[in-house]
Amino acid sequence: MSDPIRLIPPLSDEVVASLRSGDRVLITGTIYTGRDAAHKRLVDLLDKGEELPIPLQGEIIYFVGPTPAKPGNAIGSAGPTTSYRMDSYSPRLLAEGLKGMIGKGGRSLEVRAAIKEYHGIYFAATGGAGALLAQRIKKAEVVAYEDLGPEAIRRIEVEDFPVVVINDIHGNDLYEQGVIPYKK
Amino acid sequence: MREINVSEVVKTVSRLCVDANYNLGADMVRALDMALAIEESPTGKDCIEQLKENAAIATRDQVPICQDTGLAVIFVELGQDIRIVGGNLDEAINEGVRQGYLEGYLRKSACHPFTRANTGDNTPAIIHYRLVDGDALKITVAPKGGGSENMSKVVMLKPADGVAGIKEQVVEWVRQAGGNPCPPTIVGVGIGGNFERSAMLAKEALLREVGSLNPDPELQSLEDELLEAVNNLGVGPQGLGGRVTSFAVHVKMLPCHIASLPLAINIQCHAARHKEAIL
Repeated sequence: MSDPIRLIPPLSDEVVASLRSGDRVLITGTIYTGRDAAHKRLVDLLDKGEELPIPLQGEIIYFVGPTPAKPGNAIGSAGPTTSYRMDSYSPRLLAEGLKGMIGKGGRSLEVRAAIKEYHGIYFAATGGAGALLAQRIKKAEVVAYEDLGPEAIRRIEVEDFPVVVINDIHGNDLYEQGVIPYKK
Repeated sequence: MREINVSEVVKTVSRLCVDANYNLGADMVRALDMALAIEESPTGKDCIEQLKENAAIATRDQVPICQDTGLAVIFVELGQDIRIVGGNLDEAINEGVRQGYLEGYLRKSACHPFTRANTGDNTPAIIHYRLVDGDALKITVAPKGGGSENMSKVVMLKPADGVAGIKEQVVEWVRQAGGNPCPPTIVGVGIGGNFERSAMLAKEALLREVGSLNPDPELQSLEDELLEAVNNLGVGPQGLGGRVTSFAVHVKMLPCHIASLPLAINIQCHAARHKEAIL
């Protein structure tokens, strides 16, 4: 395996265009968390033409609902949740400037088309490795929708957060392509 | 008649909720080692290494293996010679869940189906009771995450579909689930009974120790065949391609109606959490 690529958000179109399905990436910097209920609220706000509680331009959203932090820890366990549940919202957010998404599992054809159209990128982190991934999160702060508890939007500071590129702007999909050499 | 006070039930359920979520079972630790030995894909090996390290961190730091600490699924085997005193058993189990999820810093994942408002304490628990002989109370806490639970189904096959139809359904379902349920997985298969019993069989099948043999040789050979077929799909760890799509396929079966062939599939991720206690 080649050395991982290091990324610092916000991401530019050029950086996103350089990424390829299968690339291993380490992210360092500020990203936002959001899952089902938060996505619905963000899209509802866009529908009403209202301002969002977080910036989207060039940003990365991590699909995660962490466990409560134990005293002394920045965050609780924090692995990715399954991404297809965000499929109906993601194209809208990509159109508004969102660049990256981190989750796990395949995306719809609509999301894959939006990734190509708006120059987005979809990463996967290792599902089920919540205790491990939490160690790469150095700070976490709820910035919106505190009432949603685990589903609140958090601004988190990550360091060498390990992900792999699944869908790139060229239409590649690692879930489809990765399976082929091992299929019997 | 032996009496058990509900306060003991509260304490036990609370402790099991935390234990199950922090400490991966020995069978799963062994299963990860075996998967690592078999896996050929470098990405797949890397995923399994991460899951091994994750389990070690969770145990060392006493934190949840996975952020999805699940709905609390509780299996109760109640000896018929026991009298529960001091309160209601159902309420005691829910109180145990409430305390365990709060004190253990576990995620509360129960919500209203329409409004999605969180119930705030991970109750109500999903409780399954079985009345058994004797004067013991066995409680198994099996937290079940949403990602793998969503990759589950019940299908009412035709008797003519037979074993071939069952195999086809299971393999195709694992293929479709792809990376969603965080493979490598355990595939729980319930055959027979009726609509709801097949689902229970599939779930109960997940509680069997990984690496153990099915007591029924016919079902053991079906499990072997299904495991080979799902691993030949190439889905691999995390769905990124590889040899190990599933650690195991577990089958439970009961007689069914002459008109039916119920089949249930319940998928479980590597965080196959279940801890039990006998009072």
